[in-house]
Amino acid sequence: MAADSTLALSLVEEFVSGLQDSKAKDAAKGVKDGKFTVLQLVEALGSSLTSSQPPTRARGVLLLSEVLQECYRELTEREVEVLIAFYENRLKDHYVVTPPVLKGLKELTKCTNLPPGSAVSMLRSVFQDIHVQSLMLSERACVYSMLINIMETREAELKGLGADFVFGFVQSMDGERDPRNLLLAFQIAKNLIHRGYELGKFTEELFEVTSCYFPIDFSPPPNDPHGITREELVQALRAVLTGTPNFAEFLLPLLIEKLDSDVQSAKLDSLQTLAACVSQYEHKHVAEFLQGLWTAVRREVFQTSSERIESAGLAALTALTSCLSRSVLSSDSEDSLSTFLDFILTDCKHHLCEPDLKLVWPSAKLLQAACSASTSASHIITAAVMPSLLEQYNNRAQCSHRRTLLEVVQRFIHSVKNCQSSDNDESVFLAFRESLCGVVFSALSENNSSLQITATSVLTSLAQQAGLLLESDIELALDHLTRLLLIEEDDRVSLAVVECAGALAQLHPALVISKLIPRLKNEMYTEPMNQDQGEASELHSHHAVRQRCLSALAAVSIQPSVVQESTPVLLEVLRSAHTGDVSFSVDEVVLTCRSLQRIAEQVQDTEEAGRCFHNIIIPHLLSLALQAALQGEGSSGTPSPLVEEVVLSAMVPVISTSCSRLQPTLAGQTASRAVSLFLDGDVSFLPDNSFPSHMQLLKKQEGDSWSLSRLVCLLMGSVCSLPRSVEVPQIDKLLSALEEMSCTCSHPLSYTSAAKCFAGLVNKKPQGDSLDSLIQRTVKRVCSELDSPSSSVHTQAFTLMIWVSKALLLRYHPLFTTLTDKLFSLLDDARLGPMAAADGFSLLMSDSTDVLNRACHADVRIMYRQRFFSENKAKLVQGFNAAPQEKKPNYLKALSNIVNKLPKQVQVTELPALLSLLLEALSCPDQDIHLTTLSCLEPVLVNPPQVLIQQLEALVNRLLALLCSPAMSVRIASLSCISALSYFPVHEVLPFRARVLRALAKPLDDKKRLVRREAVQARAQWFLLGSPGGR
Amino acid sequence: LKLHLIRSINDPEHPLSLEELNVVEQVRVKVNDAESTVGIEFTPTIPHCSMATLIGLSIKVKLLRSLPDRFKIDVCITPGTHASEEAVNKQLADKERVAAALENASLLEVVNQCLSTRSI
Repeated sequence: MAADSTLALSLVEEFVSGLQDSKAKDAAKGVKDGKFTVLQLVEALGSSLTSSQPPTRARGVLLLSEVLQECYRELTEREVEVLIAFYENRLKDHYVVTPPVLKGLKELTKCTNLPPGSAVSMLRSVFQDIHVQSLMLSERACVYSMLINIMETREAELKGLGADFVFGFVQSMDGERDPRNLLLAFQIAKNLIHRGYELGKFTEELFEVTSCYFPIDFSPPPNDPHGITREELVQALRAVLTGTPNFAEFLLPLLIEKLDSDVQSAKLDSLQTLAACVSQYEHKHVAEFLQGLWTAVRREVFQTSSERIESAGLAALTALTSCLSRSVLSSDSEDSLSTFLDFILTDCKHHLCEPDLKLVWPSAKLLQAACSASTSASHIITAAVMPSLLEQYNNRAQCSHRRTLLEVVQRFIHSVKNCQSSDNDESVFLAFRESLCGVVFSALSENNSSLQITATSVLTSLAQQAGLLLESDIELALDHLTRLLLIEEDDRVSLAVVECAGALAQLHPALVISKLIPRLKNEMYTEPMNQDQGEASELHSHHAVRQRCLSALAAVSIQPSVVQESTPVLLEVLRSAHTGDVSFSVDEVVLTCRSLQRIAEQVQDTEEAGRCFHNIIIPHLLSLALQAALQGEGSSGTPSPLVEEVVLSAMVPVISTSCSRLQPTLAGQTASRAVSLFLDGDVSFLPDNSFPSHMQLLKKQEGDSWSLSRLVCLLMGSVCSLPRSVEVPQIDKLLSALEEMSCTCSHPLSYTSAAKCFAGLVNKKPQGDSLDSLIQRTVKRVCSELDSPSSSVHTQAFTLMIWVSKALLLRYHPLFTTLTDKLFSLLDDARLGPMAAADGFSLLMSDSTDVLNRACHADVRIMYRQRFFSENKAKLVQGFNAAPQEKKPNYLKALSNIVNKLPKQVQVTELPALLSLLLEALSCPDQDIHLTTLSCLEPVLVNPPQVLIQQLEALVNRLLALLCSPAMSVRIASLSCISALSYFPVHEVLPFRARVLRALAKPLDDKKRLVRREAVQARAQWFLLGSPGGR
Repeated sequence: LKLHLIRSINDPEHPLSLEELNVVEQVRVKVNDAESTVGIEFTPTIPHCSMATLIGLSIKVKLLRSLPDRFKIDVCITPGTHASEEAVNKQLADKERVAAALENASLLEVVNQCLSTRSI
């Protein structure tokens, strides 16, 4: 022990007299390791603590405090007691000793085993002996942290102190200026309020000492290391001010006063604080300030200068109203809600009836804000406002006024919807049902499109009010909607009508099934009248009607029960289009497929819907496509529209959406049926059984006929969009058949679809040897085809290669690199046709719509584009430099295709390295390259990097040269780039002004209007450059 | 039809555009592409509008900048809508005076402000 006490002594000596700060650590280690106790350390400190020099005493205490910082956890209760007594005593010492004393006390407050009563005594001595605000910043922080620590552990004892504690705190934070300390102080104040400390007679003091910071006006210095934001302070202060209803009598007048301020942020803060505080209050707290608050909020909304303030004002009004409504149950309070609503109604209602409807919107917004607060408020307000609104509507003659009124009505219904969702009382609008319906229906029959559109949205809102509309109303509404669908030419109206029908179908499926669908069905099958002399315009309008019917059928099919009724109509359209019973144009057939696709996208994923799609729709589609293909092979006469490629391509998404979205088990069944159909010719599941047996859909067809082979795209739709958990049967056989087909078939849609299908399957195939060997086999085959000079299937092999590369790129497969190397070498290959390989890169980088995307459950890793780019940019640049002159454009095009698809942030950072190449691309002869390169450049020009400015001369030259490009889109793009250049730093671009203005005179006389428009804009910008009054 | 070029010019005294103030209207714009002439009549807001010359000048400058130089541009006040109609028309028709006005930095500044605040 003796040795240890000498150790302590020597450490003390070195720390206090030797001023070696590191010795504190050693001392703490000594205590931790049990070499000596804290009390022994205090003994060792003896001489320095009794020194006559205050700095020496301070140094001594500092050593002890730093040791405590390290090992406050190991102290016994007895030690803590002694130390606290020691520190309390030291507080009375010289002021230079105070900082380390406070530090020590703070460490002690972290101890879990504070002896009872010590916290209180510690606080008493701090409050008594220290004037907090005359301390330095870090010591003040020390005091606040002490308070926070004790409040965490010794709540009961502190509450025993009563209001004295609050008083002590108020005194110590009074005048605090540092934002870091304010955050701590606000936290203490918040704890005081939220944890139920007794504020007693110091309520007002506590409010005063915190509210003097309201509204917070603080902008952090630049490069602030502490990272305190204004928002943090605002939130912390707001939590204090709004914490207790006891502050109401002080806070509300303050808010009213601050709302009058000219500073926008003060207004906003006040309104938000108001909304926050009233959620704690009862009516009695706000009663006497209602008039003032209303006047202030009204002023902000009526004379609003910013949208944020307006919406904050409206939110505050809603909060205030709901505060008043909450206490309606108690005795005399009914008054305060109705008094307040009376204020609002007297000030706002008359604006709704002014002849010029000038202040109608702000008034309506205020009323609606109050309305949305509670059911009782909405009852009072709607009862007062609705009759006059509806009367107004009937009295006005001008359509624009009527529309405004109708929009106001719609907002009212909408605002009520928010507060009614939970309780199931009858609708507020029940009393006005009849007149509302009357107004809506009359607006729907009006001959004004914007009025009709508004009416449909009112109708939607009305229908969403539970239990408001009667069945007969809905029927009448559906009649109106059907009529509009059939006769109204305006696209916006029919869009609104279709949307409204969709909303009604969601709520009233049965009525839609019985009323709307039969009418639409009827309309679909009527042939255009007097077809023989049928004029073009009539045919056109008939087509438009069918188009609207199709989109309406799609829109209403959300509930499975409606889908059961609507999809047969659509299938029947396809069937009769195929047989020729009713004539449908190819366009209409495509639209029918789109409607089916939309239904598959939006229908609820239930067993019922799944069965409908997987057991009925898909087999029908396959069967119809197969029939059409077989028929197309042999017969003459008018071909069925279903042999068209657009129709086939439109069927694919129907199948793929249902396989990816609806009922995985059923989707698996569909896929296995499709596989057995295509591999084995198994037609048993198709509804029509007149097919020849043993069809070989994936084998090379006789005479290279492609009408059957291209059906492979339908196979792709089903097997490539399954969730990854569902297994595809006979996958190996399928893969080799697809590979064979994609390498041998000569019909573009067939071999492309086969390649895509192959790629889609490869993308999802689990990692492993079988996958690797499959890829290697395919790559070998593809490469040998591409390398053989006599091969007739170059394009096919290339297509397969691109798609397989894409499949591997998306999943980060390691074998991808072998393919990229091949791809780069093909940039030099002339046989693929000009630029084919370069265009391949565009395909590689863009999202594909039908396979290999996330909707199809493909394995797509994030940022695969960036990865590809960063791994290959060096190769590309190298290849460009090495290539002979006539091949260089290929590389430039590949580069601009890749860069074009990168996210903008990456483009901006990568640009400097590639700039010279891109500039090169602007001067090569291919127009497509110009366009892709310009579209890469344009976003970068908004915020030009330094490299670009250095190359300005070259850039301007090339852009001006492109103004004479024969392609309109290139001219427009280069003009908009030139226009963007005018925003560069003035001293950089000013030298070019005269030249650019002269060059821009020519496109002013361009023969295309779009070019002229862009030229005018660019030239006007350049004129303003550097001239007085301009920029 | 070139109204879209001048519709967004701002009035020197109002925060509104000439079209919003009905100073320029579609019917008072005559364009003859074959003969390369453009004639515009503008209507000052009040008969004593002191800014009429400035408005006319702004329109003229805007058109000079926006039209190919083969066009002859003629800007004048709608007959009978301004007190000193003839004097203003004369000023606007005089090439030398227009050029001289644009040499004047402070005048050019006002014109540019009229032309810059809002893009088309």
